[in-house]
Amino acid sequence: MSAVRTLSPPLAALLELTHRCPLQCPYCSNPLELERAKGELSTAEWMRVLDEASELGILQVHFSGGEPAVRRDLPDLVAHARKAGLYSNLITSGVTLDQPRLTKLAEAGLDHVQLSMQDVDHQTAAYIANYPGVQGKKLAFARAVREVGLPLTINAVINRHNITRVERMIDLAVSLGAGRVEVAHAQYYGWAIRNRAALMPTLAQVQEATGRVEAARERLRGQIVIDYVLPDYYARQPKACMGGWGRQFLNITPSGEVLPCHAAQTIPGLTFESVRHRPLADIWARSEAFETFRGTDWMPEPCRGCDQREVDWGGCRCQALAITGNAAATDPACALSSAHDALRALADTASSEPPPDFVYRRMSPQDSKAALATTTG
Amino acid sequence: MTIPPLSSEARPGLAPGVRLAFDKARDQWVVLAPERVLVPDETALEILQRCNGTRQLDDIINELASAYSADRSEIEHDVRDLLASLIEKRIVIA
Repeated sequence: MSAVRTLSPPLAALLELTHRCPLQCPYCSNPLELERAKGELSTAEWMRVLDEASELGILQVHFSGGEPAVRRDLPDLVAHARKAGLYSNLITSGVTLDQPRLTKLAEAGLDHVQLSMQDVDHQTAAYIANYPGVQGKKLAFARAVREVGLPLTINAVINRHNITRVERMIDLAVSLGAGRVEVAHAQYYGWAIRNRAALMPTLAQVQEATGRVEAARERLRGQIVIDYVLPDYYARQPKACMGGWGRQFLNITPSGEVLPCHAAQTIPGLTFESVRHRPLADIWARSEAFETFRGTDWMPEPCRGCDQREVDWGGCRCQALAITGNAAATDPACALSSAHDALRALADTASSEPPPDFVYRRMSPQDSKAALATTTG
Repeated sequence: MTIPPLSSEARPGLAPGVRLAFDKARDQWVVLAPERVLVPDETALEILQRCNGTRQLDDIINELASAYSADRSEIEHDVRDLLASLIEKRIVIA
């Protein structure tokens, strides 16, 4: 390894303002151990983080959660991001924001809204989110976004319960005036891996859905941008997860831990540092968690000698861990991985049986009681 | 669906949610869009800086042709090519 290496600053940061959320989606990207409200960074701390992010060269911030709108200071944080020159995106469930609060966010300089959508079918949407009436609220929210004049992306997470309606979800996005729709197969980490059998579609369903997405793309060219995220379990090549570990992206948890990706805490042995104790730029450039899988030096064969090593960057570390037990292994999504067939077998088995009930995403009972005590006490 | 060619009276502008900004850390202009950061080359930047939603396509082409003392039809070809691809990506609207 050369003595001097130039490290580019990250392009984007995902800011998980809170893990509190009114929905309980079984594929939630938050960790199984949810952080509680009392540990969350304060308004002043988040503002300092936004300044440090801009200083470091981050261009875009995604306000996420949990549901970021449960934080009353969201408009202040959006305004601060704008002042710091950052492009701000709100990733929301849409069920807690009314038009006056949306207007406030627009006035604060919010650039874009990304609304999650469970389904077009109201009943299935309510089942997936474990929230009666969720779809009606989301539709009203989407209309309010457009009325306020904010650009909208619909984010549809695809699983065995909604996969046959993928085309209708795209058409719904068009009718709601969205400029973009993200059709993303569930990513199996954290809550989703716990619910894998309840979520996994069959290969035939995936192929059918992919065909429909491609046809919609052709049909709707110039009207809406369709981003399609393929399911890893049926892939032959791994995704460049996060654009490569520690290359373009960082994630900050509600309490200020800085992660290379939102699932990185599942990897044993990695230590994460907090913006409460160390400047963001230092954490990015020098912290152990970012250095461990950065670049190509850590790679085993067949990655090390592969001509795709700087294209897919070895794929996803969390998936390698989840399937092989070793975070430094080749991502099993790669056909060259020795665990590739096992990954595919997991999907085939899971999807061929009737779906079990969901394990909904929620804090453990003690945690919920504690959270309740904090809000009411 | 094919996108019809722009009329010369069209007034192209950046789509909602899209901003042209100078990135100090990397010393370059960038186009910030939902989940995307694009780096325009010199020609694209010159064109995008003129797409403010009020200027007509014809005027933009004329301006660039005179600024670069270039053949107008060549400039027109470049501008239309770039705008067509950016309209498809919803970076530009007209």
